[in-house]
Amino acid sequence: MRRFVLRRAAYAALSLFLLSITIFLFVRVTGDPTVLLVEPGASKADLEALRTELGLDRSLLVQYGTFVRDLVRGDFGRSFYYRTPVLELYISRLPNSLLLAAAAMVFSLLIGIPSGIMAAVRVGGWWDRGGKIFALLGLSMPSFWVGLLLILFFSVYLGWLPSSGSGTALHVLMPAFALGWYFAAAHMRLARSSMLEVLGSEYVKLARLKGLPEARVIAKHAFKNALIPVLTLAGINLVLMVNVAVVVETVFAWPGIGRLLYEGIAFRDFPVVQATVLLGGSMIVVVNLVIDLLYAVIDPRIRYER
Amino acid sequence: MSVRPAPASPDPVVSAPVIRRLPAFRTEGLPMLPIAILVTLALLAVFAELIAPYNPEIGSLSQRFKPPAWIAGGSTEYLLGTDHIGRDVLSRLIFGARVSMMVGFTAVIIAGVLGSTLGILSGYLGGWVDQVIMRVTDTWLALPALTFAIFLAAIVGPSEWNIVIILGAVYWTRYARVIRGEVLSLKERDFVRLAIVAGCSKWTIMRRHLLPNVANTAIVLATLMLGVVIVSEAALSFLGVGVPPPKPAWGLMLADGKKGLMAGYWWLTVFPGVCIVMMVLAANLLGDWLRVKLDPQLRQL
Repeated sequence: MRRFVLRRAAYAALSLFLLSITIFLFVRVTGDPTVLLVEPGASKADLEALRTELGLDRSLLVQYGTFVRDLVRGDFGRSFYYRTPVLELYISRLPNSLLLAAAAMVFSLLIGIPSGIMAAVRVGGWWDRGGKIFALLGLSMPSFWVGLLLILFFSVYLGWLPSSGSGTALHVLMPAFALGWYFAAAHMRLARSSMLEVLGSEYVKLARLKGLPEARVIAKHAFKNALIPVLTLAGINLVLMVNVAVVVETVFAWPGIGRLLYEGIAFRDFPVVQATVLLGGSMIVVVNLVIDLLYAVIDPRIRYER
Repeated sequence: MSVRPAPASPDPVVSAPVIRRLPAFRTEGLPMLPIAILVTLALLAVFAELIAPYNPEIGSLSQRFKPPAWIAGGSTEYLLGTDHIGRDVLSRLIFGARVSMMVGFTAVIIAGVLGSTLGILSGYLGGWVDQVIMRVTDTWLALPALTFAIFLAAIVGPSEWNIVIILGAVYWTRYARVIRGEVLSLKERDFVRLAIVAGCSKWTIMRRHLLPNVANTAIVLATLMLGVVIVSEAALSFLGVGVPPPKPAWGLMLADGKKGLMAGYWWLTVFPGVCIVMMVLAANLLGDWLRVKLDPQLRQL
């Protein structure tokens, strides 16, 4: 177990290292980083000061050292626009993103799991066929367009829901649905295939042989086991939702991390953009590590492989 | 449903049924809907100048926010209405097909060539080459695609060609992963071993023996990727880091349309979105069909 943990942790550390080096090199190889990192309209003296601070006259290795040292200290630079450290901004927006992601997750599971299970119970039936069309649409309709259509219908025509901003439960509904839409299709597909697999297993056959009513077999024996892969995927998707919400948050002016990233582009606030990429990537690397370790705790076979 | 004759008999006499089979193969089972959509969009893209009634980048302010022809206040001059500076929506949609097609196909090809090459190298050479390529692939896969693309766009600045390169750079990892896995199993097969015994160089084996065998997988992936790439381009343009205005890109039209959304100018939001969905849907349907047809191993994906 210890060897497994160490190896996985080493992989994660390597990924974080490669992540930082990727971002570092892209910023420097494509041109003069001072242009990106200095505020628009800064004086010559400011430019020179930043050059010496970044150590652009020194070797790339030394520069990378400073870059990583700052990151480890939690120094992601200062936002040009808000004039506060980027990390503070990021952390202040994180709860909003998590709230939106959680609401979107509830939506996607409420739609995805029951419809996937029903499709699996009656394979080839009208529900299954309808579900296939729904899944296809879910994967083909961009979330931000779904968002725009929702605004058009519920805010402009019906006037029921606020079109943008945050604060009340009503504000969460539309962005959560727009964000959860794509994932609902993915969860439905997985719920269906996972349920099909479970329904073909020996213990379900046994439950049927015992003479249990079909509803009980499905609800009690199959459902719980079919749920495991779906919930695992949902865990990963929750982190993904925090990081892919940029367009949906922009559409609804939802003050999360995605909106922060959009402001970063709109105000040419490069430190914000850089920090969002770095932190988003790191978040996913760390979550992948945690999931790997949890798997190993649950399933001993994984611990001993290789 | 007609029964197909046994494939590829060496007997020359059997050539007749093969000829007869061809037309049947063409119409039967082909996904007509996605092909029709893609061909229509491709024709619109190629002949945009001839088909579009107006210049897509120039409008007249006196004609702004005209509704579609069948709504009260609309006129047949502007079939699908006009936008906030009086440009014809239909013309912009037609020219937008060109942008989407160009960006989508080129980016998918760049990503495919890069990813397949690295995947083959990684899978066949193994050792440290494999380690380096796969660790980079893993790391880049961990980056949220859209965020990564926005970061790159913020560095190199928005332009039509930059978007192509950025999307290629973001999405090659998807190919590298799958192609490497494929190569790992292919390289244990007899025909590769025989080629080694016959004295083929590593390059020859990768180019002549492995590449043709992973081509099917790469094509299936590319088709499925087309939809993802087109949505990404639309999202980037929508956010203002994609195709720069006044070019008529669908994502850009949605961004412009948002300005008239609260006033109820629905045609500026609905039509570009319908175009995006149709193209992505067609790509996904075609990809699904190709997957079943070309690559049974990918059916589980």
